[in-house]
Amino acid sequence: MISTDILIIGAGPTGLFTVFEAGLLKLKCHLIDALPQPGGQCSEIYPKKPIYDIPAYPEILAGDLTDKLLEQCKQFEPGFTLGERAETIERQEDGTFIVTTNKGTKHQAPVVAIAGGLGSFEPRKPLIPNIADFEDKGVEYIIKDPEIYRDKKVVIAGGGDSALDWSIFLADVAKEVTLIHRRNEFRGHLDSVEKVQELKNLGKISLVTPAEVIGIIGNGHVNGVAVKQSGEEDKEFNIECDHFIPLFGLSPKLGPIANWGLEIEKNAIKVNNALDYQTNIPGVFAIGDVNTYPGKLKLILCGFHEATLMCQAAYQIINPGKKYVLKYTTVSGVDGFDGTRKEAPKAVVKKIN
Amino acid sequence: MQEDIKVTIIDRDGVSHTIDAPTDMAMNLMEVVRAYELAPEGTIGICGGMAMCASCQCYVNSNHKLPEMQDDEEAMLYEAFYVKDNSRLGCQIQMTPEMDGLEVELAPES
Repeated sequence: MISTDILIIGAGPTGLFTVFEAGLLKLKCHLIDALPQPGGQCSEIYPKKPIYDIPAYPEILAGDLTDKLLEQCKQFEPGFTLGERAETIERQEDGTFIVTTNKGTKHQAPVVAIAGGLGSFEPRKPLIPNIADFEDKGVEYIIKDPEIYRDKKVVIAGGGDSALDWSIFLADVAKEVTLIHRRNEFRGHLDSVEKVQELKNLGKISLVTPAEVIGIIGNGHVNGVAVKQSGEEDKEFNIECDHFIPLFGLSPKLGPIANWGLEIEKNAIKVNNALDYQTNIPGVFAIGDVNTYPGKLKLILCGFHEATLMCQAAYQIINPGKKYVLKYTTVSGVDGFDGTRKEAPKAVVKKIN
Repeated sequence: MQEDIKVTIIDRDGVSHTIDAPTDMAMNLMEVVRAYELAPEGTIGICGGMAMCASCQCYVNSNHKLPEMQDDEEAMLYEAFYVKDNSRLGCQIQMTPEMDGLEVELAPES
């Protein structure tokens, strides 16, 4: 059981900034995210795109914003459960909550802050009629453990970065790697595209384009895929393989949170915006893009504000009746849980003769 | 102020909506759909309009001369599902006076 003060669901910008604001109030945070890395959409969808409306940053790349937020909250030593999706929430008799992930990891905290953005990112599944029959029986939409492909025959479908990068990686692990895409052009970092070209020339990756997988072959487990290749004349053939990995990106789904008994409106969680962004369940808050209230704007900067007010309410729940006064970091400095201290340099007081 | 144009959008339930779209607010078709709430929030415009997801894919049924497809939109459509010859990403179609009378149908969610 992982215990913390504020359990944050979602490690995007709003969740990460919560760690900092909570830390100033001496509250510890732990974050759960379905993605394998922190940053949410900023890391997953558009790390190389600029953002222009972060206060004091005329321009910052989404990936750099994530790095800066991680650096800013580092001294408050946040815990992370990454690559797991928050599945269930149970309120305990003492008022705390236990949140369990899809992998069974349990987390306990008196305050839960849902900073889940548009939801957890789920793989987009291609429209192949019998694909569902082979899920986890040779069809994997996400590569969790590359070792399972060692000395196996693998077919990857897709035309973006993840299809390219995994083809490159598995070329050294698997017995055979075949990459299938609906067109001859791939969209990815230049070096990934060039590397795949090089591996293709070396015969380490077979490229089948423009083509798509139209069926899965197997009896209880994948042993091939049916492929349709376009050209002057379309042709259909089978490729023998042990694994088929379709990589067509991820799309966010509100997912299990929708069943937590929270008031949902327009795929978002209704909160009290007059006060503290608490949901209809006391002790459970929703901040950032995942919440809704009259006048809501889905902006990172609004998430930062919501996180800050939410932490004040969390402090009252965790320290009932305890007095608190807002302190400015410039005046008080920042005392990390790791023993570090940041503070303004002392002014020099010296006589001028 | 420029006059609004009429745009017809068939939503994912097959219901047709003819609506007024402003041409002077730098809006694109995806944003018009969101402004009129013709698709549930969180199911359209997920990447915000960068042609990096295909959640705003639509089929253009009228014969308007559309802005030429850029490389990133074309690449995205090659990774999308339910793609047809008249598929476009709504976020790449700006609302200009030339788009008056445009008719589109939203592609299924995927």
